[in-house]
Amino acid sequence: MTGIIKGISRRQALAGAGAAAATGLVTSPSIILAQTPETLRFGHLTPRTGFLGPLGEYGVMAVDLAVEEINAAGGVNGRKLEALKEDSVNPQTASTKAERMIERDKVACIIGEISSASALTIAQVAGRTKTLFVNTGANSDALRGESCNRYMFHVEHQNSMYVKSCGRSLLAQGLVKGKKWFSLTADYAFGHDLLKVAKRFMEANGGQFAADKLVPTDATDFSALLLEIRAAKPDLVVSNLAGNQITNFLKQYSEFGLTFPVAGFGFDTALAWAAGKDNFGGTWPCVWHHLIDTPSTKAFVAAFTKKYGKPPENQAWGDYMAVKIMAQSMNELKSTETPKILEHWEKGAKFDVMKPRQGYFRASDHQLISEMYTITALPPAQVKNQWDLFTSSAPVPGPDENMEVIATSGDEAVCKMS
Amino acid sequence: MLTLFIQQVLNGLLDGVYYLLIALGLSLIFSLGGIVNLAHGAFYAIGAYLTIVLAPHIGFGGAIVASPLLVALIGVVIERGLFRHFYRRDPILSLLLTFGLAMVAEQSLRMIFGAPPLSFSIPPALRGQLFIGDFIYSRYRALLILIAAACVLGLWFLLQRTAFGRVVRAGVQNPDMVGALGISLQPYMMAVAALGIGLAGLAGVLLAPIYSIHPAMGQEIITPAFVVVVIGGLGSFWGVVVAALMVGLVKGVTIGLGYPQWSTAVIYLMMLLVLLFRPRGLFGERIQRFE
Repeated sequence: MTGIIKGISRRQALAGAGAAAATGLVTSPSIILAQTPETLRFGHLTPRTGFLGPLGEYGVMAVDLAVEEINAAGGVNGRKLEALKEDSVNPQTASTKAERMIERDKVACIIGEISSASALTIAQVAGRTKTLFVNTGANSDALRGESCNRYMFHVEHQNSMYVKSCGRSLLAQGLVKGKKWFSLTADYAFGHDLLKVAKRFMEANGGQFAADKLVPTDATDFSALLLEIRAAKPDLVVSNLAGNQITNFLKQYSEFGLTFPVAGFGFDTALAWAAGKDNFGGTWPCVWHHLIDTPSTKAFVAAFTKKYGKPPENQAWGDYMAVKIMAQSMNELKSTETPKILEHWEKGAKFDVMKPRQGYFRASDHQLISEMYTITALPPAQVKNQWDLFTSSAPVPGPDENMEVIATSGDEAVCKMS
Repeated sequence: MLTLFIQQVLNGLLDGVYYLLIALGLSLIFSLGGIVNLAHGAFYAIGAYLTIVLAPHIGFGGAIVASPLLVALIGVVIERGLFRHFYRRDPILSLLLTFGLAMVAEQSLRMIFGAPPLSFSIPPALRGQLFIGDFIYSRYRALLILIAAACVLGLWFLLQRTAFGRVVRAGVQNPDMVGALGISLQPYMMAVAALGIGLAGLAGVLLAPIYSIHPAMGQEIITPAFVVVVIGGLGSFWGVVVAALMVGLVKGVTIGLGYPQWSTAVIYLMMLLVLLFRPRGLFGERIQRFE
């Protein structure tokens, strides 16, 4: 018999466990790579672990595809484009990594992010170092309002655009005026911002809250909240949740057999795919989806599916778009200088954003202005494959409307660029 | 309102059962081998992914049996190949080992299945709800709780009423004495690792239809499971059971009182209080060699 243990104290073991838990961040050693005349390097930072990780991975896949396509077409001003990709983990780590990418690796710009909290810290680094940061997935209005920044541009659409486009469908279905909403909100920067915007929309259109609950981002079980919803008998259940929360919520909502209509103001197609056809339900806003009928969407979906064996989702669109817009602008300007790109974008340069109308960055808050969509879940019997789980509205706003009508206006979000 | 509150209390108690399968395995492996298995959550994730792979071929029922067995098999390999070398070493080394193991497992899942979450639904035959007066519960969860309860009772019987359990319990208290009596603890260590890790795999199968399945799902469950083990007291079987129910209960009450945003923070607060006043945990036994 080999004796088993000697001299381990419970105290030691517990202290060790605590230390290990605190070491949640383990960075991979990265090699110092400065810009060379042959390559042009940009930084890509996005959450690849945690509750937003699954979405970040789509961003990473899209960046790889975009870089591959750009290099195949001759690169940027004859230089090969290269992405320096890292997991942004959390706001503190995101800002440390952004700093390192800018100061040590001398990246031309930073692209990415999904978490509104991390986007804010990256934007602060970008502002201080006068480096361009293109936000591809953080939605909060505050980033375009009080926290706006001369060096930050937003390909991802803002919460107000999500709320107002989905809101149109809800108004059409008679789910706002005089109706009671039960809202569930992700308890962090994005959720709080979205709740504020959703509440403004609801109150302006004569609705009221039956209840509004904050949910921790690491909550996986919704059974208790489902009991609350059932008892409150709302006219509409509104999700201001994020990431895996949405999948968990959808799976369990269907499990408990609740039948109140569901709508959400923040959404990613991957979460519907993860919920599956039996569980996905409700009305949701989408900045882009793989069923849009335009040539550039079809080409992107075909290229992505060929490379990865599955269609891209909206986060892939965001990161792909950002890299493409950046490279296109640098080629057009024959320059990689930040001030020139900034000026070009602020002047309203137009881009193909894979939707019927071209998009442009609004000078006042650097928001990419383009059309949105509202998708509605199909009944399980009508679903033909694991991807096409929904039908889409026509683009919002309509073809004859100003595209900015769904964006923030007036005092909804005030941006003073410094 | 009061009835809703009672519903929340009841739901919370049931909620605690989900942590139980994970926490019992953790506690068992620590008590006997002194290894704090940070990779335990990874085995839960592997159990869930195996379900997605196996269920289309052998059905969900088949997966409930097969995937915990496969996970237990992985447990045996890991015990024989890795854990075994760390029983007598500084605990910090086994922590580093299992921490690394957890990362390797998570990245492997990411490489094989991709980072985006995968879908898996409750089999149609098990869908539906139960109504007990005003209380609504999912039929599937009721089944889940029955299976978990059966596992707990089975494990208790194994540890308390069989020759196997007597050796394991003696090994927890005094491995050298067990050795002196001519019993090799090695096969017992292997069996306990297989059992504990297999239970994590079972939890993975059972929760796959209701939770999001993604490579990092193990991390989501490991921390609350640790909290349960710490509150219950290492080495105490019923301590872990009571702590799991308490954790669920406290969560339920917090939500019932209208503060869902505090529902995860509150369990850490509870752990803090327990550690302050009873560092050994609520029912932690005095284990000679850990003092």
